[in-house]
Amino acid sequence: MQVSETSMGVDNRKMAMWIFLGSEFLFFGAFISTYLLYFDRTNGGPGVEIFDIPFTSVSSFVLLMSSLTMVLAHHAHTQGDMRRMRMWTLATALQGMVFIGGQVYEFSKFNLEGLGLTTSPFSSSFFVLTGFHGAHVTIGILMLLALWWLSHTGKVREDQPLKTEIIGLYWHFVDIIWVIIFTVVYLIPAG
Amino acid sequence: MSSATATAPKRMLARPMAETGWKSWLTTVDHKKIGIMYGALALFFFLVGGLEAVLVRLQLAQAESTLLSEEAYNQLFTMHGITMVFMVVMPMAAAFFNFFIPLQIGARDVAFPRLNAFSLWTFLFAGLFLYSSFFLGGAPNGGWFGYAPLSTAIPGNNMAFYAVGLQIAGLSSLVASVNFLTTIFNMRAPGMTMMRMPMFIWMAIVVQFLLLFSLPIIAVALFELTFDVNFSTNFFQTASGGDPVLWQHLFWLFGHPEVYILILPAMGIVSEVLPVFSRKPLFGYAAVAFAGAAIAFMGFGVWVHHMFAVGLSPVAESAFALSTMFIAVPTGIKIFNWIFTMWGGQLTFTAAMKFAIGFVAMFTIGGLSGVSHAVVPHNAQQTDTYYIVAHFHYVLFGGAMFGIVSGMYYWWPKMFGKMLSEKLGSWHFWTWFLGFNLAFAPMHLSGLLGQPRRTAVLPEELGPTVEMYNLISTVGALIIVVSTMIFLVNIFQSWRSDEKAPADPWDARTLEWLTTSPPKAHNFDVIPTVTARDEFWHRKYAETEAGAAVPIPAGASDDHDPDGDHGEHIHMPHPSYWPLFMTVAFPILGYSVIYRSLIGGVIGALWMLVGMFGWVIEPLAEGDDESAAAAAH
Repeated sequence: MQVSETSMGVDNRKMAMWIFLGSEFLFFGAFISTYLLYFDRTNGGPGVEIFDIPFTSVSSFVLLMSSLTMVLAHHAHTQGDMRRMRMWTLATALQGMVFIGGQVYEFSKFNLEGLGLTTSPFSSSFFVLTGFHGAHVTIGILMLLALWWLSHTGKVREDQPLKTEIIGLYWHFVDIIWVIIFTVVYLIPAG
Repeated sequence: MSSATATAPKRMLARPMAETGWKSWLTTVDHKKIGIMYGALALFFFLVGGLEAVLVRLQLAQAESTLLSEEAYNQLFTMHGITMVFMVVMPMAAAFFNFFIPLQIGARDVAFPRLNAFSLWTFLFAGLFLYSSFFLGGAPNGGWFGYAPLSTAIPGNNMAFYAVGLQIAGLSSLVASVNFLTTIFNMRAPGMTMMRMPMFIWMAIVVQFLLLFSLPIIAVALFELTFDVNFSTNFFQTASGGDPVLWQHLFWLFGHPEVYILILPAMGIVSEVLPVFSRKPLFGYAAVAFAGAAIAFMGFGVWVHHMFAVGLSPVAESAFALSTMFIAVPTGIKIFNWIFTMWGGQLTFTAAMKFAIGFVAMFTIGGLSGVSHAVVPHNAQQTDTYYIVAHFHYVLFGGAMFGIVSGMYYWWPKMFGKMLSEKLGSWHFWTWFLGFNLAFAPMHLSGLLGQPRRTAVLPEELGPTVEMYNLISTVGALIIVVSTMIFLVNIFQSWRSDEKAPADPWDARTLEWLTTSPPKAHNFDVIPTVTARDEFWHRKYAETEAGAAVPIPAGASDDHDPDGDHGEHIHMPHPSYWPLFMTVAFPILGYSVIYRSLIGGVIGALWMLVGMFGWVIEPLAEGDDESAAAAAH
């Protein structure tokens, strides 16, 4: 399917990603609603004061910057510069991994401080919401690594920046959702 | 077609190339074969769900019956609901969407043929997974609505199967909705503007948007339930501060749009059938299309009418009472447009037409009892009584199923190249109509007289009148069984018959009738150019000044020549093992969650990962990657 063949002038795959992301907003919206209902129901366990805002700010910043490298990867791809495209793709994946590492650290620390998955409605809704976001980031990292690998095998060629663009759409979405989660889940209740 | 044979690339799974035989069905990416498989599976589940309904009705045929144990009854009524909603009506609609969306918009396939196969197999595994619970300690027994915290308190894995099984089924529909929306938006034939699309396509768009925005909400609710049941979280545990109403909000925020997901495909079908057999264009095309969109939009704002008995604030109840009354307006617009479509038309009472008219009549009754739920005090009287059971069977059986069967009679010749018998079709309709009304009309009365739903035993103290109504309902259910058998005989006879159906047996109006019956793998030799709404009709008939239709001599259309070989290179996707391969991961993951097996989870995840990479690396059609590279240089 070439772009010129579609009724609306947008490539099918790109349109499908936009449509899918529309659905994803409702997915996170429902989890965030649950969290907003529960953030002060601590069942005697730790509450929102457990959040380490400076630490999470740093990992959020890393994730935010990964959107920049994602844009640079796509830009390099549109220029046909596969060397830079690969470099920025790997940089994006790496920042994603730093973010996931931060989340693993944060979850372990909370666990040690007495906030487990089953402690309270607050802990359940917090861990499941941020855990699903972490799963989304992990899938994004897998997609980026696959993009990097397939750019070597000839499956992703230099005349196909669309493939980088679509993965970029997903990546930016995951990033935007984190901006909302960080604000609504961490900053507003803790502040 | 391709240069596949020249260089056979090394792969984990070889490319299946067979076009006939069982393997061609397992690996197909053809939207028509996938549609037929959806329909066949849904018909099978209809028989299973029907059997469950008959057992429930036999139990309730008399007061204080001991035919079924209470546990068995709970599993049967729960699985009846789940089956009919998720395994029958939704996949039946998916069958028609699959088969007819590309044909009606003049496309050769859907936007993502392999993803389409993925949806089908995911649906199949969801059904098998849910039903495997009968052999693994008991099926879901907490109602199709699975109210938490009650559903988290049921011992055993019954509701875990519910939560995980529906999650898998939901994924199937979500993927399909992305696929169909992209197809309709992007793959319309030249000249097929949005306002020239057949009404069935409009309703398809509306349904896919409803799926797209409501499924993630039930996915969240089901994940929360799964975590509560299997990993002891506190989403719905009131003892630790969980909210007992949260599930109801999430479930009905999905559940009410779901109602329209079930009924709108049937509305689309009826909007195709009524004009054809009235020999008139659909009355008020734009009004019908926008009424569908309005129903979908308002459908997200009425969910609390399922919760009037919860004890929410009077302000909330008043607001949702109003929105519920308002949603009857676009529904009424549709009903009047269907009636005006028939008004003054040359009606032909084929089986398809009878079922379509039956739909309009029965759905109107169901819609009217629906409006009565909007009245909050009245609602408090009806909640949890058989009045509700009567209402939703009038909209889902009298509505959705009548519409779907109408579509079967209408499109059968196109799908299989053979006609169904009109005589048996007539018998089917009248027995179906009689059985349906006998089964469900008395429930209005027994419900208002106080018969509670979801109870395994009909209490004797409700008196002989209620008992009589229940007996009539059971007789009605048995008549529906007979009616279904007539339908199966009809299908069997048509299958055995050698008589071929013509390409356009009904003198129809839309593009699917332009091509052969059944259509070739690539649907159209030449993609038609569309110049009007009801394109095919305008190719066949011109209009006199008085408005009468005058046939155009054959050959008037220049881009359709069924026997012609235009030498055009038609690029079709090739079959693939990967969709089926990948979906096997879902039951593996599902059982791993239920039995809390980390190893199983890892195997499932790796299986899926291998499937994804196999899928991505395999080109859609042999030679795709190479030829694109050649074209680029």
